[in-house]
Amino acid sequence: MERLNQIRKQSAIRDLRLKYWPLIKSLQTGLLLSTGMAGYLSASRDPIHWLTFLSLTGSLFLAISGSTVLNMWYDRDIDVKMKRTCNRPLPKGLVTSGEVLRLGLVLSGLGVIWALALSPLYGLAVFAGLFFDIVVYTIWLKRRSAWSIVWGGISGGMPILAGRLLAAGQIDWIGLLLALAVLFWIPTHILTFNMRYFEDYRSAEVPTFPSLYGFDLTRKVIAASSVLAALAMGGASAWIGITAGALRLMVVLSAGLLLLALTTWMRPSEKVNFGLFKYSSLFMLSSMLVLAFGTL
Amino acid sequence: MKISLLDRIFLFGASLLAAYQVVVGIEGLSSFTILCYTIGFGIILVACLMIIILGFDVLENSLVVILSTVIPLSLSTGLISEFYQKHLPSYLAFAGLGLLAISITRAFLRGKVSTMVLAVVHGVAGLVIFALPIFLGLKGTVPAGFSLVGIGGALIGIGGLLLFFMRTGSQFLSRERILNLFPGLLLLTTAAFVAGFMLAKT
Repeated sequence: MERLNQIRKQSAIRDLRLKYWPLIKSLQTGLLLSTGMAGYLSASRDPIHWLTFLSLTGSLFLAISGSTVLNMWYDRDIDVKMKRTCNRPLPKGLVTSGEVLRLGLVLSGLGVIWALALSPLYGLAVFAGLFFDIVVYTIWLKRRSAWSIVWGGISGGMPILAGRLLAAGQIDWIGLLLALAVLFWIPTHILTFNMRYFEDYRSAEVPTFPSLYGFDLTRKVIAASSVLAALAMGGASAWIGITAGALRLMVVLSAGLLLLALTTWMRPSEKVNFGLFKYSSLFMLSSMLVLAFGTL
Repeated sequence: MKISLLDRIFLFGASLLAAYQVVVGIEGLSSFTILCYTIGFGIILVACLMIIILGFDVLENSLVVILSTVIPLSLSTGLISEFYQKHLPSYLAFAGLGLLAISITRAFLRGKVSTMVLAVVHGVAGLVIFALPIFLGLKGTVPAGFSLVGIGGALIGIGGLLLFFMRTGSQFLSRERILNLFPGLLLLTTAAFVAGFMLAKT
């Protein structure tokens, strides 16, 4: 009997790891979650309310994971057509679409309810992020316009805005500037991806910037948005009042981002292009650490 | 050549140490000195991250020669600004002209002239970073631990030499051997710098 229980337990863990964990895109969720946490810490004054912070982490994790799962559920038909995504649990048949839909609704619902219970305004911001991501970006615009990434960017900027407003009690200019920084960072992240998997997106008939405006203009957009993201992040950090040392680090990391963006533009190559994609994620994570701990 | 996990760990360690130095290691100095050190350690930080992300191929880029010159030039200018303020204008002129000469000769002349210019500028800057902290430590102007910055200077000189051998092709060391040594050397160099600056404060 004990052996049977052990086998069941192992099988449940394996299911969770193979079938359900990939549905939440853990790296992307983690990165967005870190923006929300940094937004909160950037505005919280001593002493930090750790229970509120943990609740923010939990509610944001559920809402972001939920929206990602719903995103996968809606895009299951195009995921099958793309090499990059055809091995996900849903196209591979490891889970049914009904299961995924239910999981997405439960996670999103719990996340929004928890957020509303914490603060109505914070709950509204979390709901807005979910709405922009699923309804406006995924369902309405993703298959119609290459400009859908702007709305994807707005939803990406909501966790940091929500985190900051939960601590500050209101939407402030710094929060909006931080959300703007994430919005400008999104093209660097997504457009490099669009170029790397150009054929995938084309075969799935998803309009992208490179397919509509060409690689050259896309690279210029990436370089420009990197500059704007670095400026917005640096401006917000200075406004928050992070230490001079933390600000120096932010400038150094931004310089690296600009250098790679310019290299992508002037001497384009597949390797540098994907290097920019990786560095931009690292830049965002480092910026969040600087924001969270830069005032200490 | 593929970058190994150990190389990545070494490079990540070096980048963390450089980040630490940029954030807290140079506090309390004059604005200009901080600027010089920030440029030096900032380049080390970004270079380590770039190698981790893009691999060793990044070292083949012609921009690397310029940037690897900026590291010793900015660190040596920072040292002069911190300890020999009255010589700063002349050293600054040397650093500026040296960088300009390297950029111009790399772009238009190549060959022996560019190698000579590179060797002179690197040599002087390297000598300042190596000798000055040890001299100041012996004189008692700063705690003896600051001499570690000099060790860092020697190590960064070896790093520069290895990169030079790699680009020109050396009979003594293969490209693979040089790339095997490089991440560990970069970590040791950064650690020596950070420890030296830290010990100078105690």
